[in-house]
Amino acid sequence: MRNIFLFIRIYFTFLFFLLLMGISFYMLFSYNRYHHTVYSAVANEITGNINKRYNNVEYYFQLKRTNDSLVKANEELYNKLKEDFEIADTANRIVIDTLSIDSLRKQRKYLYMQAKVIRNSVNQINNYIELHRGALQGVTPDMGVIGINGAVVGTVIDVSDNYSVVMSLLHEQSNLSARLKKGGETGTIVYDSKTPGILYLKDISKAAKITAGDTVVTSGFSDKFPRGLLVGYVKNIIIDKSSSTYTVRVIPAANFENLQFSYIINNLQKDEPRQLLNKVKNR
Amino acid sequence: MSTLVKNIIRFCLFILAQVFILDRIPPLHQLITPYIYYLFILWLPFKMGRRTQMLLAFFLGFALDSFTNTYGLHTAPCVLIAYLRPFLINFLISQEGAESNYNEPSIQSMGFTSYLIYITVLTLIHHSFLFFLQALQTGGYFYFILKTFSSTAISLLLIMLVELLFVRKQRFRTNTI
Repeated sequence: MRNIFLFIRIYFTFLFFLLLMGISFYMLFSYNRYHHTVYSAVANEITGNINKRYNNVEYYFQLKRTNDSLVKANEELYNKLKEDFEIADTANRIVIDTLSIDSLRKQRKYLYMQAKVIRNSVNQINNYIELHRGALQGVTPDMGVIGINGAVVGTVIDVSDNYSVVMSLLHEQSNLSARLKKGGETGTIVYDSKTPGILYLKDISKAAKITAGDTVVTSGFSDKFPRGLLVGYVKNIIIDKSSSTYTVRVIPAANFENLQFSYIINNLQKDEPRQLLNKVKNR
Repeated sequence: MSTLVKNIIRFCLFILAQVFILDRIPPLHQLITPYIYYLFILWLPFKMGRRTQMLLAFFLGFALDSFTNTYGLHTAPCVLIAYLRPFLINFLISQEGAESNYNEPSIQSMGFTSYLIYITVLTLIHHSFLFFLQALQTGGYFYFILKTFSSTAISLLLIMLVELLFVRKQRFRTNTI
């Protein structure tokens, strides 16, 4: 017994080193995107506060560009107004379906909530975005996030009281179901962290006709994003004769470098299909 | 200024510089990620206890990790270099007795060559361990080696710039007071 204490006393510094290493490795390998850890919630509030102060200054330098993109988004919305369209056919008249009005609350599927971006990184291996909107303002993990121009930005992974952390599309574990707008072939959008600013669209069948500049949109298969949101544009195809599917390089449509505002998408109807799926899986 | 206050200010400044300047500049190249924050550990006083050094390094790494949402990724290399630092210092200035005459490692106290070796070795260890941990998650080991060396070069350049820009005045303290 005495020898044990002697051993501990002699090697105390080394043991302390091992302890600290152990803690950091534990943090490194246990920080899973689906687990909400205690220290991350506390740290989020603190770093969120500091980031907000920094962003208050930085925001001024980007006011013009932010304003321009808001005007553009507004223009797009104006062009979608019902008054913009007119058909000369007088036999058509609008019939209001009262059934859907009575149950309007249940009809709504997606609810958009605006959120200020307070921190954003693009050149790390795994990029995260921090938003100034948290659990108290109705954000929960697993919600989709889009930019002002309606292009997909990422998914909420961690929420504290007033802030939330978004896993950007530029993240190793990011995994988004997308399809080619022209042909409709679906695949998966991933990021390989080695080439900055390029996404990969995997598992596209070789029957697809793809040209550079084709639009890639969300498929609507995941419950985070509605169908048809902009993801990016095809850059080129990686030719691999050994594989039976195409892998396509995609330039993201979201402007990750200059992100000041974003919209969080709340899918109000996601619980029912999930429960059904779980029931089938457990059978 | 007392050592404590000086180190608290340094801690904050290095973290802020790393998070709000170096992490935000547009990437020079995909292989280069500049780091400067660990200079805090390299500049800790000679006489500080080893466990205190490691604990400070742990908090430094954790502070950076909570900004980048990569818990543990920067903490582990920081603790490692804080553990290895005293060995290297003993090895590099065994005869001159500079630990008792000067307060902390610098060009003035260690001599240019020794200081350069000290910085290069610890930078290399920090970067290789950091990028190795990243490579464990992402794969790509050839890429990891290239990235270690290119980022080390850039970080050394940054450290040299910091040394030139912010001259640290060190008093020569004799044993006979």
